[in-house]
Amino acid sequence: MSEKEIKNLEELFQRRIDNDEKIEPKDWMPEKYRQTHIRQISQHAHSEIVGMLPEANWITRAPSLRRKVALLAKIQDEGGHGLYLYSAAETLGISRDEMYEQLHTGKAKYSSIFNYPSLTWADIGAIGWLVDGAAIMNQVALMGTSYGPYSRAMIRICKEESFHQRQGYEILLTMSKGTQEQKDMVQDALNRWWWPSLMMFGPRDAESPNTEQSVKWKLKRKTNDELRQQFVDQTVPQAEILGAKIPDANLKWNEDRKHYDFGEIDWEEFWQVVNGHGKCNKQRLEARRSAWEKGTWVRDAAMVHAEKQAQRNLEKAV
Amino acid sequence: MNNWPLWEVFIRSKNGLEHRHCGSLHATDATMALENARDVYTRRGEGVSIWVVPSSQITASNPEHNGETFEPALDKVYRHPTFYELPDELKHM
Repeated sequence: MSEKEIKNLEELFQRRIDNDEKIEPKDWMPEKYRQTHIRQISQHAHSEIVGMLPEANWITRAPSLRRKVALLAKIQDEGGHGLYLYSAAETLGISRDEMYEQLHTGKAKYSSIFNYPSLTWADIGAIGWLVDGAAIMNQVALMGTSYGPYSRAMIRICKEESFHQRQGYEILLTMSKGTQEQKDMVQDALNRWWWPSLMMFGPRDAESPNTEQSVKWKLKRKTNDELRQQFVDQTVPQAEILGAKIPDANLKWNEDRKHYDFGEIDWEEFWQVVNGHGKCNKQRLEARRSAWEKGTWVRDAAMVHAEKQAQRNLEKAV
Repeated sequence: MNNWPLWEVFIRSKNGLEHRHCGSLHATDATMALENARDVYTRRGEGVSIWVVPSSQITASNPEHNGETFEPALDKVYRHPTFYELPDELKHM
């Protein structure tokens, strides 16, 4: 194709997106659109899968059966969400194995929040409340994204995820009505998870060079800073109900803006964790790699079994 | 090792409705595809029946040929009831 023809196609493509038409797998798309989507959707999938790890840490120590079944169901959902997203990414021409390979070699990133440790039971509450809360905010915005399979996965995920945040908040609410020690655990969890949760929305808009293109493709319906503000505004009153204090001396209602002002994120820490130097980066990747390697014989055996069954059925039919 | 084959999953949400495509998954054979589809796509009672079809068995129309495939239907307005002019006195037709 000549450069002019490509430019023409790109303009038609953009017009379809501007008209709120969805793009489907077999449609023509600019190579950059394809690559950006493969990257974002696969990293989103990896986040769901790695996100199972900090929570898995507490399954055996959940304080009651009610809490344990809820936590198990939540973690199973995260696994399912990873699968929806891997499938969506595969429609763009990357294989499941390639994506795993990128995760295991550290080439692909996942959400940095999962490189923080879950130290107490209150952390499971804080993860549901803050981490899932932030993720939902991001994902609700993505339901309207232009790529059909991604948008459909988001709709399904958002529908399922509303219970995740509620189960987390309920854990903290119960503890906040308990002993002083339990109240302290709630505060401690909030202290440790607050800033990393704000970091989940990514760099500030001014430092986010891809924002403009992503907004054009509706891969971003709201900018990082807009979503972060929305999250702060929504979360402050929820902390008040818990009787917990958000660890930010600069947090203050701004009557003119009708939003909360809040302090600056420690961007140094953000980049440290993104670049692999968080508390649990190594542990998380190691857990994923080990699961993949130790599962090899199971995957191979299942394939051989299926072939043998097929062969037997064929022989029976003859 | 190679990827397990890809399957397309269709779910009937309740009797009286058609099966609808809801996504895809990997499985070694049809039995495993059905089991995985149950776990991945019906964790909240979303279905009463599941179909799984090997993705490689689906033949799809080419969106680049959408013009010649679908446009011929667009100018045949006489296939719609509103094309026919009838008097107002005539009710219910």
